Amino acid sequence: MTLVDVKLNRRKIEEKDKSLRPKVMTLKEAVSRFVFDGAVVALGGCLYSRTPMAAVHEVLRQGFKNLTLVRNLAGYEVDLLLASGCLKKLVASWCAPGYAWGMSKVLRHYVENRLAEFEEWSHLGIGLRLTAAAMGIPSIPTFSMLGSDIEKNNGLKHVECPYSGVKMLMVPALYPDVAVIHGSRVDVYGNIQIDGYVHMDREMALAAGRVIATAEEVVNEEFTRHSGDRTLIPYFCVDAVVEQPFGAYPSECWNLYDTDFSHMNLYQKKVEEKGVEGAREYIQEYITGVDSFTQFLEKTGLEKLFKNRRSFRDVIE
Amino acid sequence: MSSSNQYSRSELLAVLTARAIEDRKTLFVGVGIPMLAAALAQRLHAPNIVIVFEGGIIAPQIKPSYLPLSTNEVRAARRALVLPPICDVFFYQQRGYIDFAIIGGAQVDMYGNVNTSVIGEYSSPKVRLPGSGGANDIASTCSNIIISTLHERRRFVKKVDFITSPGYLSGNRSREQAGLIFGKPFKVVTDMAVMSFDDETKTMKVDAVLRGLNIETVLSNMDFRPVISKDVETIEPPTEEELMLLRQIDPDRLMLK
Repeated sequence: MTLVDVKLNRRKIEEKDKSLRPKVMTLKEAVSRFVFDGAVVALGGCLYSRTPMAAVHEVLRQGFKNLTLVRNLAGYEVDLLLASGCLKKLVASWCAPGYAWGMSKVLRHYVENRLAEFEEWSHLGIGLRLTAAAMGIPSIPTFSMLGSDIEKNNGLKHVECPYSGVKMLMVPALYPDVAVIHGSRVDVYGNIQIDGYVHMDREMALAAGRVIATAEEVVNEEFTRHSGDRTLIPYFCVDAVVEQPFGAYPSECWNLYDTDFSHMNLYQKKVEEKGVEGAREYIQEYITGVDSFTQFLEKTGLEKLFKNRRSFRDVIE
Repeated sequence: MSSSNQYSRSELLAVLTARAIEDRKTLFVGVGIPMLAAALAQRLHAPNIVIVFEGGIIAPQIKPSYLPLSTNEVRAARRALVLPPICDVFFYQQRGYIDFAIIGGAQVDMYGNVNTSVIGEYSSPKVRLPGSGGANDIASTCSNIIISTLHERRRFVKKVDFITSPGYLSGNRSREQAGLIFGKPFKVVTDMAVMSFDDETKTMKVDAVLRGLNIETVLSNMDFRPVISKDVETIEPPTEEELMLLRQIDPDRLMLK
């Protein structure tokens, strides 16, 4: 276990420019400025809910190497990052595409052949690592993971609580270099609002050194001035603001669109037939073979996007 | 499987798991058989259970044939009363607000430890399974943990390859000594038997066996020898009503294999 450098990570934040200033830029610029080879990247959302897919595509197009991905429950985006050679390590509690598709063939190939590492924590374990970092403290106690092989495997330490005498496991803070959050809306300064479940996005944004905010909509200052109670992530965490409608597609975005299961099926069918090669064919066809996420959306077609909007209503009603 | 006196193993498991659910309790479930069992229990003897999903979802109302494929998607969140951050759900549990949970597993050992991480060595696994998700957290602090899995020799192993979710660890007082002072493995439900744990040694104990099966069949499908209760009860097979309702919940047989 690497020692947690709480001072260095505090200094990184102290040195940040916290002035209210517009940060709107293109996705291309945001990713090239804040992601780098070897970076520890955290992705907001959870499994196929509000996954910042547009940013994942841009990472693949720019072709970064040796990334570490931090996520709570991970899936299809890990396949893409592995198969394209961007990812060396996954830090997560779970990884598979979703119940209908069983285990990830791509993850299995990479981990079973020791081509990539999967460092497993419990779900709360990931949450608490980010929470500790978000709180500015080096570790945080819990009962989770005690006695398990997750505890042993990660070399986790205990303390005896000085007030109760109770044994607790201390979870080390985790500071991603950069987090990408896909919000419902963000203002030009970076105040992020999220409708529906917020997953671990707040903790993740506060834990990270830098934050890229993509959102369905960029709003002006006046909007946030009247809805500050809805702001989940404060602007000073955020370094880049990117408007990207349907930016979570094919994952869902609360109140706006459902998961596109037909697109997931299309991808899974390729992997079912050809394994990792199938994932690479998909990446070539849908991601590196186009110039932007908007081109990818055009390729999948407006009809599908509209259908996913309708589908969300069908479920809720 | 259309006739009611015939049923698949997963249907049988879902029905027997549903019967283990008590009414008026909070219940943490994952997708698959645990969720079907909860939905079935809700339509039978436990109309007032409150379902909790780890995606940050309290008291949803799942629509039949709109079954969620993960615990953090709109199908799971439909009409939920609370959509808290994920950490909060686990804090509710650590605080004592979650009465029961149902977890599955690729391997279960004689002390109720569960493996959903790897088959083989962790660093170079034969099979890399999806991992803990919230299962470790559930097994660590949920008040009563129900393990629900098919009764197979390859699943009921002497020692799990990896303890993802702690049961009674190495038996006796080892769970408590590890610092797990809250929550306990409560029952193990399979498609052949219902088991609990010996009060003293914490070894798995067969309490009931499905009608028509003898205890030897149950034991021959386990790689360790559990304790056998003094008076083993008989489990009645699924009723017509149970099967009919179960099939209405999953008409597309997404989860019922």
